[in-house]
Amino acid sequence: MNRTLLDLWVGLFVAMGLSALLFLALKVGNLSSTTYSQGYVLTANFDNIGGLKVRAPVKSAGVVVGRVTGIDYDNQTFQARVVMSMDARFKFPKDTFANILTSGLLGEQYIGLDPGGDTENLASGDAIKKTQSAVVLEQLIGQFLFSKAAEPNAPPAVK
Amino acid sequence: MKRICWGVAVLDLGVRALRLMGRKVVNAVWRLGFASRFLATIILSSGMAFQRIGLTIRQVYFAGVLSLIIILVSGLFVGMVLGLQGYDTLQRYGSSEALGVLVALSLVRELGPVVAALLFASRAGSAITAEIGLMKTTEQLSAMEMMAVNPIARVVAPRFWAGVISMPLLAALFSAMGVLGGYLVGVVLIGADEGSFWSQMQAAVDFREDIVNGVIKSFVFGLTISWIAVFEGFDADPTAEGVSGATTRTVVISSLSVLALDFVLTAFMFRGF
Repeated sequence: MNRTLLDLWVGLFVAMGLSALLFLALKVGNLSSTTYSQGYVLTANFDNIGGLKVRAPVKSAGVVVGRVTGIDYDNQTFQARVVMSMDARFKFPKDTFANILTSGLLGEQYIGLDPGGDTENLASGDAIKKTQSAVVLEQLIGQFLFSKAAEPNAPPAVK
Repeated sequence: MKRICWGVAVLDLGVRALRLMGRKVVNAVWRLGFASRFLATIILSSGMAFQRIGLTIRQVYFAGVLSLIIILVSGLFVGMVLGLQGYDTLQRYGSSEALGVLVALSLVRELGPVVAALLFASRAGSAITAEIGLMKTTEQLSAMEMMAVNPIARVVAPRFWAGVISMPLLAALFSAMGVLGGYLVGVVLIGADEGSFWSQMQAAVDFREDIVNGVIKSFVFGLTISWIAVFEGFDADPTAEGVSGATTRTVVISSLSVLALDFVLTAFMFRGF
């Protein structure tokens, strides 16, 4: 086989392979969207984190502003301690509210931040004071049944 | 008297079975050690493979470029089947938007590296073994040694490195073709939503966690297959039967090691042991 033709084919092969990798990285993967600068670290204590996982997104107004980097159990307060790595571009006031929310009915859980009105911003290592736990379906149904039974004109129990 | 004879016969049979097992194990360990020393020799004498890069490029052509057709076509079909099957299962739970995630994650993490490696072992690995084995049978390797040319540097190392270079590229092409196949069937043919196909895929597939790990996997598989292929070829009995046996062993052993290694790598990468 001709040397130049051989080189051409191999060059073509390598270029195709590299462009496939590039396609996987940019179009299939999230390399283009997660090139956010690793900024500061926040923690928050929750009574119940439900199904929250490490690497779950932290969102504010629907925009991803950080990621959960660690989940821990605090044996002093008997609460879950969540560590978040936040994008340095985004600052949040000291009285920001952290919720654990679910995307869709069966989707993954994420942390939603509702900014408060404080003039000072959260710095690295700060803890978010105001948190709301994940909604656990069993508790919700239990509460609903309890409140139904407590109604004065409740229908008689089926015998 | 008769009973004692029986007892001796049974004992003898047991000892013989044990001895056979022992010899098998010793042989296997010896071969493993020989193969490891062979690998070390290849790496130590691979200067020529990079100095005279033409030798390696020629082998990349045979191992990589000629495997392109089978890799691209199988990738496309595997992706299309994933699209069909995934859509059928996901739409039962009303979550056909997750089709992109399913197709991309299963291809990038598992199917791309593994199926490409199996195809590569049977397409290129067997060819390498047969070529080197036949060179040994026809005493071309000895002739080289007579002319003071190191056959490991001149013949074995370029083929080894060509396999190592080609395998990750082929696996990436397989995964990319598979994603396109899944897109073709899921979105173009069946009509799943195009926006959620790509956006959910991009949200779920992590560059470091999924894609880089897939590339690492395919690199390890390429190393393993090339190593087994050149070793079996170099170690083949210099007869027609020996070469055919070595070729078969290459395909069987590399396929098994790819699957076993895949389990080990997956356990380390995705469970974080």
